[in-house]
Order: sequence, then C-alpha cells, then structure tokens
Amino acid sequence: MTHTKRLIKGNEAIAMAAIEAGCRKYFAYPITPQNEIPEYMAEHMPEVGGTFLQAESELAAINMVYGAAAAGERAMTSTSGPGYSLMLEGLSGIAAAEVPVVLAQVMRGGPGIGSLETAQLDYFSATKGGGHGGYRNLVLAASSVQELFDLTQLAFHLADRYRILVMLLVDGILGQIMEPLELRPLPESELPELPPKIWALTGMGKRGRQNVLSTMLMREGQVMEWHQRAAEKYRQIEEREVRLATHLWEDARIGIVAFGMMARVAETAIELCREEGVPVGLLRPITLFPFCSDFIRQSTAHIRRFLVAEVNLGQMVEDVRLAVEGRRPVDFVGRPTLPPPSMVVESIQKIWRELKDGETEER
Amino acid sequence: MKPLDEMVERGQARKVYSRPRALHSTRTHYCPGCGHGVIHRMLCEVIDELGIQETTIGVSPVGCAVFAFNYINVDFTDALHGRAPAVATGIKRSHPDKVVFTYQGDGDLAAIGLGEIVHAASRGEKITTLFVNNANYGMTGGQMAPTTLPGQRTTTSPHGRDPEVCGYPLRMAELLATIEGVNFLTREALDIPARVISAKKAIKTAFAEQLAGKGFNLVEILSPCASGWGMTPLKAREWLREKMIPQFPLGRFK
Repeated sequence: MTHTKRLIKGNEAIAMAAIEAGCRKYFAYPITPQNEIPEYMAEHMPEVGGTFLQAESELAAINMVYGAAAAGERAMTSTSGPGYSLMLEGLSGIAAAEVPVVLAQVMRGGPGIGSLETAQLDYFSATKGGGHGGYRNLVLAASSVQELFDLTQLAFHLADRYRILVMLLVDGILGQIMEPLELRPLPESELPELPPKIWALTGMGKRGRQNVLSTMLMREGQVMEWHQRAAEKYRQIEEREVRLATHLWEDARIGIVAFGMMARVAETAIELCREEGVPVGLLRPITLFPFCSDFIRQSTAHIRRFLVAEVNLGQMVEDVRLAVEGRRPVDFVGRPTLPPPSMVVESIQKIWRELKDGETEER
Repeated sequence: MKPLDEMVERGQARKVYSRPRALHSTRTHYCPGCGHGVIHRMLCEVIDELGIQETTIGVSPVGCAVFAFNYINVDFTDALHGRAPAVATGIKRSHPDKVVFTYQGDGDLAAIGLGEIVHAASRGEKITTLFVNNANYGMTGGQMAPTTLPGQRTTTSPHGRDPEVCGYPLRMAELLATIEGVNFLTREALDIPARVISAKKAIKTAFAEQLAGKGFNLVEILSPCASGWGMTPLKAREWLREKMIPQFPLGRFK
C-alpha cells in the first residue's frame, strides 16, 4: 500500500479502513448520513473475496453480523440513530455471547426519525451500553478523517482482544466531509497478540466437542458469573485502553473538554482566546468508554475551571463532573446542532472574567 | 456391557433402535407428548446418515427449543427472538462449505421473525429451516400464536381466537411458496407413524439439498403441544389430525 494522501470522505475512510483491517463480512441497511459506507462495501468487498449484503432491516443486519462474528470472521455494520435503536437488542446479545463486532454509528439529530443535522445526542446510549442488561461497549470518537481511518482499524483489534462490541461514534458531519487521508495500515504486529478464536462456530471438525455461543444466562448463578467476568473485562479496558489528545493543556487554567467535531470547533475558540491572553486549553477524549476520568482528576491540579462543550444539551458533562469530584466548577456550553466557535468563545470569556474577579477578591 | 447389549451379543435380542450419534445422551426438558423430542431425534438421524456432525452449525430460537444445543451435538448458537435466519445467514456466508440450519417455532418464525424468514427465503439462502408449528407459544405458557386456529383457546385468547379481533392463522408454507428463492418446501405432521416417517424423509431432503448447494429449504412440521393445549398426549395427536391438518394442508409446496 502506498502512503500517498488522497482526498477521502469520512464514511468512505471507515469502509476502506475496515477492509484494510481484514473485515470481510459487512451487513447493513441504508440510512442517512452513512450511506457511503454500504455503497463503498458493495463496490469493493467482492474485490477482496468478502461479503457485502444489504439486510432487510437493522434488526437483521446486526444479527447477520452476530452470525458472521460467531463464525470467527471480522464482521461489521454501520448505521445512524433510528437504525441504532433497532440494533440495541442485538448489541445486548452480542455482549452476552461475547462476540467481537465493530459498529460505526454516524450520528444524526433525534429523537425519533429526527433530522439529518450533525449532533452528539447518542453519547449516553453509546457509552452506557444502550440496550438491556447492564453491558458496556468500547466507544471510539475521531475528530478527523485520518483519525477515523486509524481508529476503525484499531476497533477490529480491540474487538478481537476483548471479545466486545467496539463502536465508532461518528459525528454526521465527519462522515460527510472530505479530507486528505494517508492510507496507512495499523501496525497490528506491534500491538498485543490476539487470542485465537477457539470459541468460534466452525463446525466441530476434529475438535471433538461442540462449541456453543449463547446469549442465555438461565443456569443458576450464570447472571452473576457473566457480570463478574464483564466487570473484570471493563476494569482491564479502563486500565489499558484510555485514549485522549490535548492541545495547550499544560499551562491552561480553563480546560475545555470536547470530543469529535466539537473538539475542532473548541480548538478554533481556544486559538481566538489565546490571542487575547486567556490561558485556555483542550482535552479531547478519544475513547468515550473507557473515559479519561483519572486524567481529568489529575488535571484539577492546574485547571481551575472546566468547560464541557458538546453538540447536545449536556451528556458527557456528567462524566466530567464525576471525574472532577467537585474539586473544580464544571460549566457547559452546547446545543443539539454544531455550535459556532463564537458560542464557545463567549463561554470562555465569561469564565475568564469570573476567574479573574475571584482572584481579585482573594487578594 | 449393558444387559441388553449382552443379550444382543448372545443372539437373544436383535438391535432395531439406538440413539443417534449426534444426539446427546441426556434427559430433555420437554413435556410428555411434545413433538420436539421426535423432531430432534429425526434431525440427529439425518445428521448421522449424511455424515455431517463435524460440519454442521445449528441456530436455535427463542421458544421451547432454545436449549436444542443441550441435545443436538453440533456447533450451536441461540438467536434472539425471530432472528435465527439472519444469524444463520451470517454463519453460512462465512462458512459456505458448512451445513447451517435454524430450528424455529411458530411464534419465533411466523410472528416476531416474519421479516427474517421471508427475506432469507427470498435471498435463497443456502440453509435449512425446521419450522415447528404447534399453534401456540409453548415456552411462555400457551399464549396465542400467529398459527393459533380460529376458536382455539389459549391463555391470551381465553374465549377462543376471534378472527374479527385478532385475525386468521398464517399459513407459512403457502406464503413462502410464492417466493422464487425457495428451493425445497414441505409441510409434515407428527400425528401418526407414517407421517413421522414422511417428516424424516423431508428433513433429510432439506439437508441433502443444502449439501448440493441449493437453498432455501424449509420443512414445516405440525407438532403436538399437549401441555399448551391442555390435553393428554394421545388427545393432542387426535386434535392435531382433526383440527390442524385441515387448516394447514400437508404436502410438498416446492
């Protein structure tokens, strides 16, 4: 593969990365704003001997993915809000049977059929599990087409490593924009070696005993066993897999926390405020679960005020408040459609004035 | 050696019946008079006869047969309610050289999973489906199913199914017969031994067709549910013959 850059749409980058990562089974149902993914798969999966199949519904799509993943393949689907809601029963089953699956959720406005405007309204549903039974997904959020390409490949590795569903939570606008993309493969050989899929349904063959994957936990004590095992898995994931990026964070006294495309808006706001001498910086969580709680808690040493910016009316802000443990005030700015930098600048300036006034009073 | 085997050895008895290799040696959770045990056995005989125990992957439904993997010794997964044909599609598309089947009841296949079965059929998926029609939801305690007969009493149609209120039974074989993607389609019944033998033949054909690379293949089996119907096992077989067969005519549809 050449490492030259090409101008690629976010959704296409997801599809290209999936094929690059060895995904050979893709099932989906059309829904805006992610249709470039199935369209790319329809065109290119046959070239690599893979399967693209358009399902009759998102219910069927996620269960086809379950079947392919249960059979030992790297399998994927993609959707948006309403389709995601339909898939939640499947996600719960995937969690129960501990089958590795990758799902790209390209967010739109909601609830209901909602709108096609970009939004981050599904943070709660993605990071807290979404469906029934108290499971978690590993959730990745990119803020550029390049990062989307890189994280999509990583998603397959993480799914296989932890036998978990890895969700790419993608801003609708990121799926639609075109940016220069370097088609660089993930150096998977440098990552921890993956366990063999000894549990996969391949036919008994010479194994001599049947493999059974089940979403049932009917035996006495089985619910307890499942949750204890899951808690340990989630603990390992929180210990090893937290990913984040910062910008002008070390000397900042006002800390903005934002993910995905909102982080790019916040970055513009930060540049403008820095020109005015305001010590403001950015923390961008890349993994939304596991969440960078420890990093935030440590940052309370120099960040005096936090400002969480989201494309909703306040979801991730709850996780930031939990992480801060009341040590610093946590403010919020956002709206359910992408806010302009000026809206963030206004909030920063207000906080900066309050911070300075407070310091004057302290003196 | 067991006493019976010793008698066979000494020529004092002749072995005419033994447990199929693919059938686990265990007690089932099925009620007395239930048809699932008969169907499991026939299925396992077919797996033995075709020599496909090592290459078969099963998908069990939500319903009484959800624990099928405890009895049928092949690779298995259960599927969420109604989704078995979608799961089987994912498996078969991943392992086209393996034998993949779903085992579903009427609630699973004809109500909540109607979309999945119709589209698996329309795609001509190279899988085999055993559709066990017992005219009620057995596992949940005998509620009305899409196949419940007009006038039939269930726990959710306590005064008898009134078609004016909740419609008519779905004839799945007839419905699926209109679909081009269907390769083999038959309706069988378990009321008398001759029909049991016919059902076994149909199951074998449905798997042989898949082995020949053809699909979609489905065998609908009218099966007694003595507990759900509130009858003795013998009475249930009579009811199946007298009430169900007129509503669901037997025979090959494709």
